[in-house]
Order: sequence, then C-alpha cells, then structure tokens
Amino acid sequence: MIETRGLRKSFRSRAGRETKTVDAVRGVDLDVAKGEIFGFLGPNGAGKTTTLRMLATLIEPDGGEATIAGADLRKDPAEVRRRIGYVPQGGSTWDESTAREELVLHARMYGISKADAQRRAARALDAFQLTEYADRKCKTYSGGQRRRVEIALGIIHEPKIVFLDEPTTGLDPQSRAHMWDEIRRLRADGMTVFITTHYLDEADALCDRIAIMDNGEVVAEGTPTALKREISGDVVLVGLDLAATPQAAQTLDGEPYVNKLETVDEGGLRLYVDEGATAIPQVLRRLDHAGLELRSIELHRPSLDDVFLTKTGRSLRES
Amino acid sequence: MKFARDTWLIFQRQTQLLLRNPVWVFVGVFQPVMYLLLFAPLLKPALNAPTQAAAYKIFVPGLLVLLAIFGGLFQGFGLIAELRAGVIERSRVTPISRLALLLGRSLRDVVSLMVQAVIITLLALLFDLRVFIGDLLLAYLMLALIALMTSAVSYGVALKVKSEDALAPLMNTVAQPVLLLSGILLPLTFAPGWLQGIANWNPFSWAVDGTRALFAGDLGSDKVWQGLSITAVLAALGVYWAARQFARSVR
Repeated sequence: MIETRGLRKSFRSRAGRETKTVDAVRGVDLDVAKGEIFGFLGPNGAGKTTTLRMLATLIEPDGGEATIAGADLRKDPAEVRRRIGYVPQGGSTWDESTAREELVLHARMYGISKADAQRRAARALDAFQLTEYADRKCKTYSGGQRRRVEIALGIIHEPKIVFLDEPTTGLDPQSRAHMWDEIRRLRADGMTVFITTHYLDEADALCDRIAIMDNGEVVAEGTPTALKREISGDVVLVGLDLAATPQAAQTLDGEPYVNKLETVDEGGLRLYVDEGATAIPQVLRRLDHAGLELRSIELHRPSLDDVFLTKTGRSLRES
Repeated sequence: MKFARDTWLIFQRQTQLLLRNPVWVFVGVFQPVMYLLLFAPLLKPALNAPTQAAAYKIFVPGLLVLLAIFGGLFQGFGLIAELRAGVIERSRVTPISRLALLLGRSLRDVVSLMVQAVIITLLALLFDLRVFIGDLLLAYLMLALIALMTSAVSYGVALKVKSEDALAPLMNTVAQPVLLLSGILLPLTFAPGWLQGIANWNPFSWAVDGTRALFAGDLGSDKVWQGLSITAVLAALGVYWAARQFARSVR
C-alpha cells in the first residue's frame, strides 16, 4: 500500500544571519501492507509529521521515491490525493460550521455530488455517533467529539489509506480508548491506517507494525512483539543512591549473567539479563557482599521504550 | 467545468459563513456612511463645487474605491484563522483546484463589496447624486476588479507570513501611501507637481480617476479605459500570484 525508498526532506532555518539546514527526514524506507495499522513512533521532532506530510502530498520531498496506493507520489500527486485521507494533528474543523456542513463540503471537494455527499455525511455521523450533535457548531464540541468529526472527514471519500497524525494527543483516557476502537473499526472495513504517535502504549496496543523514528531516520521496524523480542531477556532495575551507583556499577560489570549495564542519571542501574528471576538473587548477593545498600529492585519485561533506548541510547520518555 | 464547480463550492461555503454573521454589513457600511455624513459636507466649499451633488460626484467614487482597497487588503486575516484551524491544510489534501480555493474566497469578497457599494450609492442618491446606470455598472466593474486584486494579494501575503502580527502592519504600510497617493479623499488636481508625478505611478490613482470620470458621466474619457485596463491587468497578476501561493509546495 505504501512503499517508500530514500525519502528525504531538509528545511532551511534562519537564526540571525546564519542559515542552517536541518535534515528533518534523512532517507526513509517503509513498506506498509494493505489493511494494517502501521504506527510511526518517535519523540517530537523526530521527523514523523514531516514524513507524513510528504506522503499526504502536502510538502514535496527533496529526494527519494514513494508509491502510495499504487500512485507515484512524485509524478502524480493528484492521483495520490484521490486515494488517501489525511487527518492533521492540530485539527481541521471550523468553529462556526456544523459537523454535517463540514462533512458535506469535504466530500464535495473530492468531486462527489451534493446528494451523495449528504448521504455519506449522514452515514459517517451515524458511524461515529455524532448524529446528536450533527447540526451544532463545531466550537461547541468536546475534544473527543471534534476529533471524531475530523477522522470522519478524513475517510468521507472512502480512501484506501488514511493518515492520522497523532490522533489521540490531548484526549482524556476514555476518549482515547474510544478513538482506538474507531481506528480498529477502520481496519476492519479494509482500510490501511497509518498513524503517528509518541505514546508507547498506543503503538503497542493499537498497531500491527511499527517503525521507530529518531532524528529523521527509521531506527527499527517490525511488529511490537518482534521488536521487543529482539531485545533478548529482561531488564532489572536496581534503585541506588547516586553516591553508591558508580561502585555498584563496578561491582556488577563483568558478572557473567549481565549482558549489558547502564547507569540511570538519577542514581541506579539498568541491567539487561537473560533471565530476570535467576539474576535478581545473584545481584542482591553481590551488592550485599560489597556492602552496598539498595533502595529497590524491580524486574521488568522489555517495553517499546527499551527498544527505543537500545536503538538510540535515549529513553523516549525523556526525549 | 471542474474548476467552475470547485470555485462555486468554495464561494458558497464562504458566503454561507459570512451570512451567518451579518454584523459585517453594519461594520462595512458604518464607516463609509460616517464619511458620507460627517466629511462630505466639508467638500462643497473645499472643492469649490457649485452644488452639494457635484461634490458627491467627486467624493463618492473615491470613497467606493477606498472601500474596495481596504475591504480586500484585510481579508487575509480570515485566511490566517482558517490556516490555524487546519481548514486550508484539509482542503489541500483533496484534489480540489488550487485556483478555486483562492477564487472562491476572493469572489465572495467581491460580492460583499458590491453589496456595500450598492448601499452607499443608494444613500448618496438621497443626497442628490445622479449617475447613469450604464456608467455606474462600469464603475462597479472597476470596483470589483480592485477588490479581486486586493483580496487575492491579501490572501497570498497571508499564506506567506502566516501570522496576524505580521499581516496587520504590512497591510497598513502598503495601504497608507496607496491611499494618500490616489487622491481618494481629495482629487490630486490640487497636488503640487512632484506629488502628481509620484501618483502617476500609483495604479489606484488611475482607478480613482476612471471611476470619477464614470460618475461624472464622461464615458468617452481616456481615463475610463485606462483605469479599467490597469486594474484588470493587476487583478489578473494578483490572482495568478496568490493562486501560486495556494499551490506552493503542492503540485
């Protein structure tokens, strides 16, 4: 459905008299299959939105190739537009219009006749449980309602692919869960869904496959399970005072069961081990033997954050 | 065909939103009416006009051109609000014609200006202004072309600067010399030679002269076709440039 090779984009920014070139996207290769929810995970500024906007024909790539729903992005952007839907991050509804007006107008922008547009709008309002508010102005909607209108706008012309830029940012937990259901429903209808997110749990729970993006590059790609499995074993978090951390690191480094050791900035260690259950007693024994007092010990199975951490050396939560 | 349909679609939508908020009619007419009531009476003695009606023949066309210039130049603010709401981006991912996105909006502005112009003309009739209907319609064409140009340019600039804070001073800076150098409030026949020399380079000065000639019933005057041609060319250029801004970075 989506195939990109070496997609690039740089922006020039001016700070005082100097012009700087920022490479926002530095060669992205993606393969998204039909009917999957594909997640683009990464911190703010990683280049997710820029990539998405390129794929949605809003900005022209500097280089690379992309085929979207069978149309060539570089050669025939007009055809790409017909086949995709796009839901921008910051909203797309006008305060003074009603949901129904917005839906009818948007359908008609795709060349759909007035009568057909009205039918589609009614159906979409129904599917997104918006009928009750359909003829109220958008400014009276809650955040969740408004986001649903926006998603409905993105799919009113029944595209093959819909791009959702951070669809749940700013929603309360309940609306968020609701939105996840809506997105799964799109997949059930046979649509390919491409979302960006900086929420780990969202990528994990919602997406069939994800690509992790950092600094303009895709650093990992696969199903969430496979990516987590790539990080072999478990992680043991050892809570220590800042002062005791270096000595503890020295003590545990080189122990046969520790695959990798990292110090945590605010004190403590992160140990990558094959088997958490057998490693913990040994860690306790070694630290006790060295006369080091530990505050806590915690075992956790790898999360997507750990995947991000191993690939980039930073935690997604920190960045 | 598709282009006409797309333009009509945007025009309809923008008009509908405008009608929902009818305050604009009041606001748009209030200021010119104030000029008509509170400023125009000074003109008869100042212009040495034989009658009040003669003074109006000079003043009303200028006032209408003023309205067209300012009405157009400040339309960009609405577009910036739309940009911020994501409405423009949403439109740009659809296959709708980029020129229609601009023209639908600009034509709405032209129509709303026409409504204001008609109201002002009718009021001026109460003050004994008399114009031939054919001349008046040509004058309205001139006004429409001016409004088309200024609103298109305003939209184009709005897309470039993307912020009200930049648009407001920019438009004021452009509008002020244009206003002063076009002889809108007082004809430039009183101006010293050097000032007239500069004004000759101001296309709006030609537009004002042409409109005045039409109001004076002087259809044969060179000023009429000169004014119309200049504004038509500028309107075409303005629309072309602004439509490119709508299509920019999106082929």
